[in-house]
Amino acid sequence: MITGTDLRDRLEHDIKTDRYVLNMGPQHPATHGVFRVVLTLDGEVIVNAEAVCGYLHRGIEKLAEARTYTQVIPYTDRMDYLAAMLNNLGYVQTLEKMMGVEVPERAEYIRVICAELTRIASHLISVGTYSIEIGGITGFFYCLRDREKILDLIEMISGSRMTVSYMRVGGVSEDLPAEFLPQVKKLMKELPAAFDEYDGLITGNEIFQARTKFVGVLNPETAINYSASGPMLRASGVNWDLRKARPYSVYDRFDFEVPLGRNGDCFDRFRMRILEMRQSVRIIEQALEGLPEGPFMGKAPKVIKPPVGEMYHEIEGARGILGYYLVSDGSPKPYRMHVRRPSFINLGLLSELCRGWKLADVVAILGSVDIVLGEVDC
Amino acid sequence: MGDRIFIEFGNYLSGLLALAGAPLLLNQVILMIVKIVGALLFILLNLMFIIWLERRLAGWFQARVGPNRVGPKGLLQALADVGKLISKEIIIPGAVDKVIFLLAPVLIFVPSLVLFAVVPFGRGMIPVDLNLGIFFFFAIGSLSIVVFFMGGWASANKYSLIGSMRAVAQMVSYEIPMVLSVLGVVMITGSLKMSSVIASQTQVWNIFTQPVAFLIYFAASVAEVNRTPFDVVEGESEIVAGPMTEYGGMAFAMWYMAEYTNVILVSAFAVTLFLGGWLAPFGWTFLPSWVWFVLKLYLLIFLHMWVRWTYPRIRVDQLMSFGWKVLVPLSLANVFVTGFGMYVFRGIGW
Repeated sequence: MITGTDLRDRLEHDIKTDRYVLNMGPQHPATHGVFRVVLTLDGEVIVNAEAVCGYLHRGIEKLAEARTYTQVIPYTDRMDYLAAMLNNLGYVQTLEKMMGVEVPERAEYIRVICAELTRIASHLISVGTYSIEIGGITGFFYCLRDREKILDLIEMISGSRMTVSYMRVGGVSEDLPAEFLPQVKKLMKELPAAFDEYDGLITGNEIFQARTKFVGVLNPETAINYSASGPMLRASGVNWDLRKARPYSVYDRFDFEVPLGRNGDCFDRFRMRILEMRQSVRIIEQALEGLPEGPFMGKAPKVIKPPVGEMYHEIEGARGILGYYLVSDGSPKPYRMHVRRPSFINLGLLSELCRGWKLADVVAILGSVDIVLGEVDC
Repeated sequence: MGDRIFIEFGNYLSGLLALAGAPLLLNQVILMIVKIVGALLFILLNLMFIIWLERRLAGWFQARVGPNRVGPKGLLQALADVGKLISKEIIIPGAVDKVIFLLAPVLIFVPSLVLFAVVPFGRGMIPVDLNLGIFFFFAIGSLSIVVFFMGGWASANKYSLIGSMRAVAQMVSYEIPMVLSVLGVVMITGSLKMSSVIASQTQVWNIFTQPVAFLIYFAASVAEVNRTPFDVVEGESEIVAGPMTEYGGMAFAMWYMAEYTNVILVSAFAVTLFLGGWLAPFGWTFLPSWVWFVLKLYLLIFLHMWVRWTYPRIRVDQLMSFGWKVLVPLSLANVFVTGFGMYVFRGIGW
C-alpha cells in the first residue's frame, strides 16, 4: 500500500521535474508599460524573478544638462507622467531652495491643491489598474471616470491634462481660473462617495481579498533596508510621510493623517492608496478654505542662474519620496541633474517579494508596487 | 398557439417528402439535417446577439456606452467584428505544430455543437431525446479540454502551455462537483432523459427542491466556460490569453465564439435541469414553450455576464482548493440530504 509519505517521497525524488524560464514582458499586458521580468518557475511557483528595466529610457537626466533650468520643467512632466504636478513641484522647490527664492502664499496654496489633485489622479490609476490585474475589469472604469473629472480640472488650470508644466521657480505659471474653485469644491464633495464605491466593488470583494491578503508580505526592516518609500513603506507600518515628517511648502498648516498598514501585504499597499486619497481630499478642502489672495508668482529672476553648488531636495510624491539633486556651475544650465525616482527604488523589492509565490501573484505584487515606467527608466 | 409551429413545420416537410415519394430513410435523414441546420441557426443567431449583449452590458456595468454604431443600437457589431477578423491573416509562428495548431480552433466547436443535439428547445422540440441525455452532456462536454490542450501544446508558447495545463487541472476539479450536483436532480427524476427531467418539474422546479445543487452547478459551469472569476485558463493579466495567445484572425475568433457557445450550452442545461426547461411558470402558457425556454436561457446568460463583470479572478490554487474542499463535499452532502429526504417523503407517502 502506498501511504501519503511514500507518495510524497516518490514525487520529490523519483519524478524528475525541471525548472523553466518564462520571459514576462516587455510587451506583456500587465507590466504597466515596457518592463520585463525574467521568471524562473517551478510549475507555477516563482523560484526567481529578475527585473529588467530600461526599455523606456530617454536619458532625461542627461538631456537636462543641455537645457536651461526652465526648459527642464517639461521634462519632469514626462518622468512620472501620471503625477506631473508633483514632479514639477519637486524640481522647482529644489531650485528655489538653491536660489533662496520666496514663494508667495497664494502660489504655495495653489501648488498644494494641484499636488494633491494629482496625487488623487495618480492613485486612481493605481487602484484601477490593480483591479484589472486581479481580474476585475469593471473597477478600472470607475476609477477612470473619476480621474477624468480631475484631469478636466488640471486642464482648466494648466491647459494640459497630463504634461502640465505648470509650476515655475517662484510660483506657478498662471493664476487659478475663476470657474475652477466652484468645480473643485463640487468634486471634493463627490469624491468620498466614489471612494466608498471602490471600497464596495474592489476592496470589499471576497475574491480580491483572498488574492491580496498576506501575499507578497514586506516587513518594515526589509522595506527600510531597500529604501522603499511612499505607500509601499507605509503599508508595512512605517510612519514616514515627508509631508508630516519634514514638512515642505505649506503642508504643516493642514490637518491630515498618515494612514498606516498592518501587514505590509498587497492588500495593505492597495488600501493605502484609497486611504491616502481620502486624506488628500481633506487637504484640498482645507487649502481651498484658506486660499489667500495675492500674487501667484514671486520675485524670481528672468534667467534662472543658481549659485555654484549643489542641492538635494525631496518631496512626498505619489509613489514615494521624489528627490531632485541639482549641481550648478553658475551657468543657466544644470551641470548635473539626478532624480531619486521612487518607482525605480521600490521596484528593487520585486524579486524579494515574488519569490515563492505563484505566477498570478507576480502580477498582483508588481501592481501593488505601482510603478510608472516613465519614472523607472527616466 | 405558436407552440407547435416548428413541429408543424417538420411534419409538413415530412409529409411533403412522403408525397414526393421519398423513401422513409431519406425522409428521416432530410428531417435530421433540417433539425441540425435549425440548431446551428439558433446557435449562430444567439451568438451574434450574445456578443453584442455582453459588450453592451459590460458598458452598462462599467459606466460607459458600449458598441452602438453598427446597425440599430449596434446590434450588427458581431457581424462587423467577424468581417474584420476574417480579413485578417492567421499568423502561424515558426515553431508551432501546424496541423494541431490549426485543427484546435476548428475542433473546439465540435463538443459544443454536438451537445445541442440533446437540448430541449421547447415542447417536443428536442433534436435527439437520448435515454442518457445528461450523461451525454457530461461525457462530450469534458472533451473540449482535449482541444484546449491541443491548442496550448501546439502553440509552442509557454503562456499557452501554462494555460492549457491550468485548463486540465481546472476541468478535473470542476467536472466532479458539477456531476455530483446534477446527481441530486437525477435522483429526484429517476431518469437521465432530458424530456423526463422536464416532465418531473411540472409541479415544482428543481431549483426549489435542489437550491444547493443549482448554486454548485452554476459555480462549476462558470468554471467550465472559463469566465471570470474562474477564468484562470485565459488569465489575461498573467498569461496573456492562455491557449489562445498565439492565435490571430478568425482562428482566435473561433475560440472566442466557442466560449460563448459554451455559455449558451451550460445555461441551456441549467434551464433544463433546474428551471423547468420550456415549462411555463404559473401556468402562463400564453407564450409558446420555446419562448419560455429562450427567456429563461437569457436570464441565466445575464447572470453569467453579471458575475463576469463584477468579480475579480481567483488564483489557480485557490480555485483548486475551492473545487475540492468546498464544492465536492458540499455536493456530496447534497446527494446525501436528497437521498435522505426522498426516503423520508416516501415513508410518509407524499
